[in-house]
Parts: sequence; structure tokens; C-alpha cells
Amino acid sequence: MITIENFILITILSPLIVCVLTPFTSKNTILRDFLGPIGGIISCWGALNIMSSVLNNQNTTLEIVKIAEGISIGFEITPLGAIFGLVASFLWIFAAIYSIGYMRGNKEKNQTRFYAFYAMAVHAALCIAYASDLLTLFIFYEVLTFSTYPLVTHNQNEMAQKAGRLYMSILVGSSVILLLPAIIWVWVATGSLEMSQNGVLDGKLDVAYAPLLLAMFVFGIGKAALMPIHKWLPAAMVAPTPVSALLHAVAVVKAGVFTMLIVLTNVFGIDFLAKTGASEWLIWLASFTLLATSIIAIYKDDLKARLAYSTISQLSYITLGGALATSMATQGAALHIITHAAGKITLFFVAGALYVGAKITKISDLNGHGISAPLIFLAFFVGSLSIIGVPPMVGSWSKFFLMLGAADSGYVVVMGVFCISTILNAFYLMEIPARAFFFKKEREINIKIPKLILIPTLITSFLTILLFFFIEPFQNLTSIIVSRI
Amino acid sequence: MIDILMKNLPIIVVLCPLMMSLLVVLIPNIFFSWALTTLSTFLTFLFSILLYQEIQIHSHISYALGKWMPPIGIEYIIDKVAIIPIIIISGISFLATIFAYKIMPEEIEKKSISKVYSLWLLAIAGLLGLVTTGDAFNLFVFLEISSLASVALVAMGAHKDKQALVAAYNYLIIGAVGATLYVIGVGLLYGVTGTLNMEDLTNRITDLKSNRALIAGFGFMIVGIMVKAAVFPLHIWLPRAYAYAPSAVSVLLAATATKASLYILARILFSIFENSENLINNTLLFVILPLSLLAMFAGTIMAIYEKDIKRLLAHSSVAQIGYITLAFAIGTKASIAAGFIHMFNHAIIKGGLFIAITTISFYIKRRVTINNLSGLGREMPITFFCFVLCSLSLAGLPLTAGFISKLYLIKASISSDGIWLAILILISSALSVVYLWKIIEVMWMREGKKIVKKENPTIYISLIIITFLNIYFGLDASLVVNGSFEAADKLIGDL
Repeated sequence: MITIENFILITILSPLIVCVLTPFTSKNTILRDFLGPIGGIISCWGALNIMSSVLNNQNTTLEIVKIAEGISIGFEITPLGAIFGLVASFLWIFAAIYSIGYMRGNKEKNQTRFYAFYAMAVHAALCIAYASDLLTLFIFYEVLTFSTYPLVTHNQNEMAQKAGRLYMSILVGSSVILLLPAIIWVWVATGSLEMSQNGVLDGKLDVAYAPLLLAMFVFGIGKAALMPIHKWLPAAMVAPTPVSALLHAVAVVKAGVFTMLIVLTNVFGIDFLAKTGASEWLIWLASFTLLATSIIAIYKDDLKARLAYSTISQLSYITLGGALATSMATQGAALHIITHAAGKITLFFVAGALYVGAKITKISDLNGHGISAPLIFLAFFVGSLSIIGVPPMVGSWSKFFLMLGAADSGYVVVMGVFCISTILNAFYLMEIPARAFFFKKEREINIKIPKLILIPTLITSFLTILLFFFIEPFQNLTSIIVSRI
Repeated sequence: MIDILMKNLPIIVVLCPLMMSLLVVLIPNIFFSWALTTLSTFLTFLFSILLYQEIQIHSHISYALGKWMPPIGIEYIIDKVAIIPIIIISGISFLATIFAYKIMPEEIEKKSISKVYSLWLLAIAGLLGLVTTGDAFNLFVFLEISSLASVALVAMGAHKDKQALVAAYNYLIIGAVGATLYVIGVGLLYGVTGTLNMEDLTNRITDLKSNRALIAGFGFMIVGIMVKAAVFPLHIWLPRAYAYAPSAVSVLLAATATKASLYILARILFSIFENSENLINNTLLFVILPLSLLAMFAGTIMAIYEKDIKRLLAHSSVAQIGYITLAFAIGTKASIAAGFIHMFNHAIIKGGLFIAITTISFYIKRRVTINNLSGLGREMPITFFCFVLCSLSLAGLPLTAGFISKLYLIKASISSDGIWLAILILISSALSVVYLWKIIEVMWMREGKKIVKKENPTIYISLIIITFLNIYFGLDASLVVNGSFEAADKLIGDL
């Protein structure tokens, strides 16, 4: 019988072990390449077990290192963490397989370094998912930033250097200047770094300071990409596509919104927010980001840039859900972590497949190529429908809950925001399959997509349909989040 | 024998390097003079560890030099405060000495190497004397011993670059002015109180709260020590001295020299003048606090625009000293503890960075500027890796020692209602990422020339140890944190 503590260790350590083993297997490329998928399967197995123990209402904390009095690195399981951990470790399996196809198909240099830091980033994301206190959360938040830098600048050319600079300065700058003092402020106010299901600040913090502290958190969590600190995400698109797919559509950005939700629910507490109205401005900021980036996405001809702006917009759904501070909206936000991940990773997989297969990066170059690679465009179509929120794709569930939450909270305008944004989503995402299938071909290109790329793409796109019918366990998890409030 | 040793430990810690320095100068052989220096720094380090254990039991050791009872005779005091700089100085100097073996012959004439080692030990003895003595005038003597030895050491850089002479001259003149100011201050205090013993001074100052001579004496002492501690804007000697000194000397000075003076500063502020609250509070608020803030930003900005890496690190030291004095200026127990934590951590961080840069200059055989670093990250992976880790530590990123100091510094400033101070500290530390990142990026991104030589393991021992310490004290900081809190408790607990 393996205890929950051990499952936590299995889940977070298997990517770390992959990271450590990768350099030693650099001679044997097959072994090196498949370490990732194997680690992913083990890690995902652990995450599934953690999820089932959360569903059985088991709870545990695990202290790893005690740094000094009152400061330690420790892990525990929470429903939200279980969701994020499962999403990250599960999608890592497919992203790892996909990376093999991509890196080989593209004949990239420095593959060993790439795989090592890739696993390191997943490790950091999982540590964030199961972090038991604010300091652990912050530490791995930074580890995640630094482990993705070599991935973003993988090409080591001038463009990568510039993008890397922007990436680091926004993410490190915001977290060090705002997030860290915000965390220490909570520490000073409450006397500990612990979080709790109902929030820890009620009665400990002068209500007048609440909006200021919240602002420090919101702008300190740069990974959640709220305007005006979203620029790093389009910049990060210079990385090889597997990085954009797993890290900049799932692990890194979801770590951002996960932190945001944790702060809103477990530090402030939904009741405290609803009572004081401290998060009202956040509703408007998130709504604005949501719409503005959707509109920017329409004007992007570069496929990855369009997907990046779409990601920023979808992240704001999650922040918005948390800021609305009703139980339905919070559930919707948590579910959106899953549903958006499945959809967006598919879209990025397709973008990478088109680059490997035909060196296509621009949407306007896609005209008429649908027939030569029907499966890949079909996958894109399904993924897009999920993001837009059309049943029977999983994306419809989270939008449904978010809508309900907006109605509950009494912000009717926010419902309008969701509606407009859905239309905009359809507008900028549908253009791609539409061009591929219905426009006239301008030039002949032979699209050749490696199997190791095609299969993961099809699986994740199928997942968006499958999850629609099997959303129940996840919905049970999210209802635990709100039932404890 | 052991009994005698233990009884005389406070003076042996100082005497060991002092006596050995006289011996080393007689040995012309490069290896033997180095070995003897290493041995004596090792013994000094060992004695400091013993002293540390002793302190855990007795918490306050008073030693009367030559059995002349204080306040007439010279007293050596070792308590929970003094032990921190003692450990820093003896530990770092041991690491720096190991490191010096390969580096020294590259930069200094063969025939003067033993003289350099002799001066080296003399400087260490001076620094250790500074922090152990409990006598205000004896402190001046050690101040001069360490300063003059360091000036001579800096001047030794002239073999490679004549600029070192200018730097040494600068250091000499400014250092002498500082020492003179200090001794004038001591003279005034002696005139008013009639004693030189620090504990005695503390007690007698109580009766003469608003004596003008006393205030003037205080002013002279503080300014004199601030020159030595390189508190902005009295730091101008520092960047040049660090940049043009022989590399091994830069490592030693950067990690230890200012720490001793900062310790003296804390002693004067919180111990000798602990009874003149008004005077101290005003000094902290109107002098130390603004100067520290200026230092934090001026040092960082100078570093951002600097091309020469050793100078860059020296400017960064000015900023880091600003953090330490800022911690003192906040003046709460938590903040003074944070100051001591950072004093320790900064020593291992800067030591590590200077060792890494020196290693690089050892291989590329010229001054290390930004442009000379191209592509070295790929050529020298071990050095690069250690440099990156120490840089992250300097910037205060998690899992490193630097993070711990920043954490406590910010917590202390928020607790004393200074959220704006916390934000300023963090902005300046985020700016420090800019200059560090500039270096890392060049080493990582640009293509560079191939260096034929493989990395040599003997040079790396110190680098790897000190980098390891940076990580270790980021993961298990309780030793440093508890020690610093005890020190802060001792300093202002009896207020």
C-alpha cells in the first residue's frame, strides 16, 4: 500500500528524476527521448491517486525541508492542486511524445538540454500544484521561470535573446517586486505562511488595505498574463512549439492562474472578497483583458502569436471566475483550467505540426492545404470548437459554469463579456480550418507530418470530446473546493 | 596544553595569522609559503569554530590581554555578535588562500609572492583583531594594520596593471583620512569619559547625555568607520581597489574587509552609544537611512553601466553594503538580525562571484570585460554554472542564501510599517538582476573563441565549496538566522 505522501513524492519527483537522468543518457538518444513519456506516465499515475484521495476527503501535509523557524518547503493536497497536477502531468505524456517527433523532425540542436529543462519545468509546475504554503508556491514559481528560460531561448539567436530578456524581466520583475512583498505582508499580518480553505486574512488585515494587497498579488503573478503584464507570453512564442504547447498553454500559464485562484480563495477567501468588494476592480480588469486580447488575436497573422493572444484571453476567464467570488464562478474557473488546457495544447500541436511538416507559420499561407493534411486540420477544428465552447466539447462545461457564476454574482455585464468573447473566439479560430478547407490553393506544398507528432495531436483533440462525457469526477473535485467554503 | 589553548582562544585567533605572517616572509619557496599560509588560515578557522562552540556555552568571553585587568588593560571581548564576523573572516580567508595557489603566480612576480602571503596574513590578523578587541584605541591599531596591509596588497596588482598604484594610493589616502577621523573621535571620547574600554564607555556615556564633545566624538567615529565600511558616498576608494588588486586579493577583500567595519559600525551605534537614544535615532533616520537608500540605487545603477566585471562587482558591493546599513537603520531587533544575516550571506555570495570571475580571467589571460566573456558559458560549464548560482543568490532568488537575507530584510521592514522601504529594496534587487543577466546572457548566447585548455579541478575546489554554501544556506538557514537573531538580541536586547 502506497501512502498519499508517497504519491505526492512520486508525482513531483518523477519529472525531476527525468531531468537528472537526461544528461547521462545523451549518448543513447532513444532512451533519452523516451524518458519523458515514461516519467509522464508514472507522474500521472501518482496524480490520479492523489485525485482519488482528495475525492475521498483524505488530507495530508508533507514537510520536505525546514529552512528556518517558520519557513519550510512543504506539500499538501488540495482539490484545486489535484486538478492542476493531473492536467500538467497527464498532458506531459503527450507533449513529451510530441517533442520527440518535433525535435527530430526539425533536427533541432542541443536536444539533451532541451529535454532536461523541459522535465525541470514540469517538476516546478507540479510542485506549485501541491505547494502547502505561500513560500513554497513562490519558490517553485521562480524555479519555473528560470527553468523555462533556456527553453525560450533555445535557438540562441538574436531574436531569442530579445524575447528571453522580455520574458525574464516581466516575469522575474513582477514576481520579485510585487508578489514577494505581498506574500511577506500576509506573513507579517497573519504570523504564518500557511493558507487555509476559507482564507486567512479575515480579521487580520485592515479592510482598507485589501484592494492594495490584492493588486500586489494580481500584478505580481505575471504568469496569469493580465494586461498590462501580458507581453511576455507572445514573446515566449519564439521557443520551439512543444514548449509553447505544454508550457505556455498549460504548465506556466496555468501555474499563474492557479496561483491567482489559490490567492483569491485560500488567502483572501471568497467570503472576505465578497464582503469587502476588494476584487471588484479585478472583474473589470479581467473583462477588459479578455476582450482586448481577443480583438488583438484577430489581427495576428502569425499562427502561434494568434494562439498566444487567445491564451491570454482564456486565462482571463479563469481570473474573472475567481474574482466574481461566487461558488459557481469559482467552479467554472477551476474547470476551465482543465478544458482550456486540453483544447489549447491541441491547437499548439497543430501549429507545430504545420511548421515541421511544411514550415508554415502564417495563417494566410494555409489557404487550401486542408485536403493534403486533413487529420491535422480536423484536430484543430475540434480543439477550436472546444475553446469556443460548443457542445459536445469539454469547453462548453466551463463556460456554462462561468456564465452561471456571472448570473449569480449580479454582474450582468460580465455575461455580455462572455458572449461577445465567444463570438470573437469563433471568429479568429474558425478562420484557420475555413482557409484550409474552403479557400483556393495558391501554391503546392507537400505537408509531411511525422507519426510522433500526429498521434498525440489526435489524442488530445479526441480528449476534448471524451472529457465532455466524463466531466463528473472533475466536477466533484471543484464542488469540494466550494463546499468547504 | 589544550587547557591553555582554550583559555587563550580569543587572542590566539588573532595571533595565529599575525605570527605566521612574520614567518612566511622568510620562506622564498612559492609552494611552502603558500602551504604555511593555508595552514595558518586553516588553524585560524579551526580556532574560530572552537570559539563558536565556546560561545554557545558561555555566551560572553572576556579576555584580559597580558593579565592587565580591564578597564586599565586591553580587553578582548567575544560574544554572540562578534562571532559572526570572526567566522566570516576566518572561513572566507581560508577558502581564498586555497584558491590563491594557482592564481598568485600568474599575476605577481615570483620573488615577491612570499611577501604577498605575509601581507595577506597580516590583513587577516588586522581584520580579526578589529572584531575581537574591546578597546576603542586598540581597534584603531588593528584598523591601521588591516588597512595598510590591504593597501600594499592592492599595490601588488601593479605587476599586471599600473592602474593598481593609483588605486592603492587612493585607498591609502582615503583610508588614512577615515582612520584619522576615527582616532579623533576616540580622543574626544577619552577626554570626556576618561576611558577607552568599550563597556566602560557605554556606562559612562549615560551620565553625559548631551555633552557637545561627546556628540562631536560620536560624529567623528561614525564617519571614520563609514569610510572604512564603504558606505555611500564614502565608498569611492572601493571600486578601484577591488578592480585593480591582484585577483586573489580582490576575493579576500570583497568578502571580508568591509564586513569587519560594518560590524564596528553596529557596535558603535547599538552598543557603545546605546544609552543616547535620541542621538542614535536621529543618526539612523537622517544619516544612515538615506545614505543606504542612495547606496542601493547608485551602486546598482553604476553596476548596470559598468563594462569591467570586477568593477561591476565592486559597485554591486556598494549596493549590498547599502542593504546591510539599511537594515541597521531600521533599528528593530528583526532588522538588525537581517543585517547580520545579509553580512554573512553577502560574504559567501561576493566571494563566489569574485572567485568565478578570477577563474575566467586566469584562463582568458586578460581583464574580464563584458565583451571578453562571449560564449564562455559553453566553454567553461562548471565556472559558468557556479557563477549563475552565485548571481541568483545575489539577486535574492529562492533556494539560495541571498533569498533568506532578502526575506528577513523585507519582513523586518514591513513589520516596522515600511512597505515602501520593502518595495524600494525589491526594486533595487530587481535592478541587480539586470547587470547580472547582462553577464549571463553574453556567456550563454554569444559565440566565442575556443579555449584549448580543459577546466582544471584544483582551481575549482574553492568555487564549488562556496557555491555549495550558497545553496546550503538557502535550504537550511537556521544556523545563520538563529545566530543573527541572538546577535541582534545581544546588541539591543538590553536597551
